Amino acid sequence: MKTSRRDFIQKTALFTGVFTLGFDWFSADASEMEVVASAGRFNAFLSIDSLGKITLFSPNPEIGQGIKTAFPVVVAEELDVDWAQVQVEQANLDTKLFERQLTGGSGALKHSWERLRKAGATVRKMMMQAAADQWKVDVNSCKTSKGVVLGPSGQKATYGSLAEAASKLPIPTEVSFKDRKDYKIIGTRVKGVDNKNVVTGKPLFGIDIRKPGMVFAQIIRPPFGATLKSFSAEDVKKMPGILDVVSFKNKVAIVGSSTYEILQARASLTCDYGSDSPLESNSTHAKWFDEGMKSDKAQVMRKDGDFAAALAKAVKVVEATYECPFISHSPMEPMNFFADVKKDSALLAGPTQVPQPAQKAVSDLLKIPIDKVQVEISKMGGGFGRRLNNDFVLEAAELSSIIQKPVLVMWTREDDMSGGTYRPAARYHFKAGLDANGEITAFYLRGVGLNAGNSTRQDNFPVGAIENVLIESFDQKSAVTTGPWRAPITNFLGFAEQAFLDEVAEAGGKDPVQMRLQLLAKVISNPVGKITYEPARFEEVIKQVAEKAQWKKKPGVHQGFSVYYSHLSYVAQIAEVKVENGKPKVTKVTAVTDCGEVINLSGAENQVKGAIIDGMGHALYAKLNFQAGVASPQNFNAYRMIRGNEVPVIDAHFVNNGIAPTGLGEPALPPTGGSIANAIYAATKKRHYKQPFN
Amino acid sequence: MAINCTVNKKKVSLDIDPNTPLLWALRDHLSLLGTKYGCGIAQCGACTVWVNGEPTRSCVLPISAVSNAQITTIEGLDPVGKHPVQVAWDELDVPQCGYCQAGQIMTAAGLLKKNPHPSDQEIVDGMSGNICRCGTYHRIQEAVKLASKKIKK
Repeated sequence: MKTSRRDFIQKTALFTGVFTLGFDWFSADASEMEVVASAGRFNAFLSIDSLGKITLFSPNPEIGQGIKTAFPVVVAEELDVDWAQVQVEQANLDTKLFERQLTGGSGALKHSWERLRKAGATVRKMMMQAAADQWKVDVNSCKTSKGVVLGPSGQKATYGSLAEAASKLPIPTEVSFKDRKDYKIIGTRVKGVDNKNVVTGKPLFGIDIRKPGMVFAQIIRPPFGATLKSFSAEDVKKMPGILDVVSFKNKVAIVGSSTYEILQARASLTCDYGSDSPLESNSTHAKWFDEGMKSDKAQVMRKDGDFAAALAKAVKVVEATYECPFISHSPMEPMNFFADVKKDSALLAGPTQVPQPAQKAVSDLLKIPIDKVQVEISKMGGGFGRRLNNDFVLEAAELSSIIQKPVLVMWTREDDMSGGTYRPAARYHFKAGLDANGEITAFYLRGVGLNAGNSTRQDNFPVGAIENVLIESFDQKSAVTTGPWRAPITNFLGFAEQAFLDEVAEAGGKDPVQMRLQLLAKVISNPVGKITYEPARFEEVIKQVAEKAQWKKKPGVHQGFSVYYSHLSYVAQIAEVKVENGKPKVTKVTAVTDCGEVINLSGAENQVKGAIIDGMGHALYAKLNFQAGVASPQNFNAYRMIRGNEVPVIDAHFVNNGIAPTGLGEPALPPTGGSIANAIYAATKKRHYKQPFN
Repeated sequence: MAINCTVNKKKVSLDIDPNTPLLWALRDHLSLLGTKYGCGIAQCGACTVWVNGEPTRSCVLPISAVSNAQITTIEGLDPVGKHPVQVAWDELDVPQCGYCQAGQIMTAAGLLKKNPHPSDQEIVDGMSGNICRCGTYHRIQEAVKLASKKIKK
């Protein structure tokens, strides 16, 4: 079938990104479209030019989770090219080409796995068809290898030489994927595509953005719940390098030509604040937790059987309360953003995990048509969920619109740590009723969160294995702003739950690993209510970790076990603790992860190790205190971050099952606090109920 | 009065407030953006550069203190990334987000310059002043070891 260039472009467009029919962007003139085609852009994810240059476009924001490398690996695999042949480019926000250009929820590979494979496999098939047409042979007699089509009688043609002919072919509607035993790139160790630029110090990050005519700014934000009454700007405006001091939404922005000059001006500026109601302190939060635990207004999140009746019949009752504070995300690159707002257009650039909502929010705020708001995605110096909230983008855009200049708004570390959108503080109360055999017959959880929304995960294991369950959540509104923090809610709930089950196992005279396996056997044979996890996958990670860490088979080694399911992945851990100078020290963590197909083994290990270190550091040390609406500490001298001399050995394994890939940026974090707390208990007989432990 | 010094083997003259920390002079006035701001109080090491060959926290060092000094930043370590530490960092795929790595690399290269074959404990101790929020510590330590082997050759 012959198709015209214009037909091809239409088909290409229909094929791009979302693989659904129905959207129309052909109102653009034909010459624009020609540019697209002549650049060899076969679809949203890849282009091949006639010189053989293969460019893979990675749409999602890179915060250190390795997505910029993982996505192209999948495309390259199905395209059947050599990894060394490809170049990877970060795609800017393009809502017409891409469907889910965001980083959050560990959901990227789950969402895009099929799309990425199709993007590669389709173009591979087109290359084979182009070669078959040229050689006048059956396409089924052709093969590919490393970006070359191989014909039945030894013919060879590179993808580059076929690119133009292939681009004129109709887009195949059906393609087959490789058998995983034939994978050459997926599952291997692939180095980060930005490594060379990172190690030579290239300006990759938001903080490195420099645009013509750009000025710098810092913003002084009020204590939580306070309003700005007045500020002293006149003297500050006269200071060297200061261009302007403006106020909006209870904030004061100092605009200047260099960072140090702005810092100096800030030190001389005073702001007066007021408030209608008392500002929050630690004691406010403690009182709210007490009230929330007693409140009769908690929302019932799940109810199986009759918890109260079952508890009344229990032979033994285990009860425990766990609590965690607000904590900051503290990515190494503090918040920052560039905005250049003109009368009817805006350019936004920098580190946001969610560029599309940023575009929409700025469009709404400044009444600029959404298609006139352009977003460039920079690499991010960490995110951990903080950059899911676009407060810093909106501030930059609003300031740029006020001063009518392109501006880079920089947050100092103190701004970043005191500026909110924290992991919510939460308190959990668990109760378990046991029968004479130590079996759990009744299970209760109430979560009280401060701006946490639902602080429980009501369908999580062991729910599903227990006849009588009651899960309740109570949310208390606070002026302290909160948001997702790596593995939202479960980053602490995972610890509380796994530490509690350790107590329950002990009270019931059961081994913690065996108790989990018995509960899962019950889920398989006789599930209670809705089940949201796959018990067989749970069992597998538990069995593997017990074997790999030699659970309870190492005399003199104190071990703690935990297992958690989040973001559709399963992670079981065994931590080991020794007592040194009277203090427990975590020496090793063994983790077995089932995240389905591992795309990039090097990146996967990085995520598991990083999440465990993150979970450990925060369980041991992280805490923010509040006094009159102000958070402290505000810098690393007092907010202790885990360092290289305190990390345990981490032994990371993956279940090899070839199931479609699921999340990995977060799932290894939630079980960490629990495995460590349980190992500390094994070593010291002291249980931890509050984060931080120290 | 302008402060004269050498940055990455090039003579530069800085006619700015002498109290300006070297970090901001590099980033805002010399457009050398590889050196990163992390905390501003010498706690995290993201801003580490060499002053007269010595790894130094540039965020708290006023430029008045670097008059006539030789400064090396990540851009000057080896511009094409052939320094053994840079090669090892890529080979072992150390970076996650990458933001702290310039400081880590300048610290590691400084450590190996003084002590080309450090023990495991010396590596751990030598690198523990630098924070990596992503937790790349294991690979940092392995990469310093690998770089040390490369230096031996």
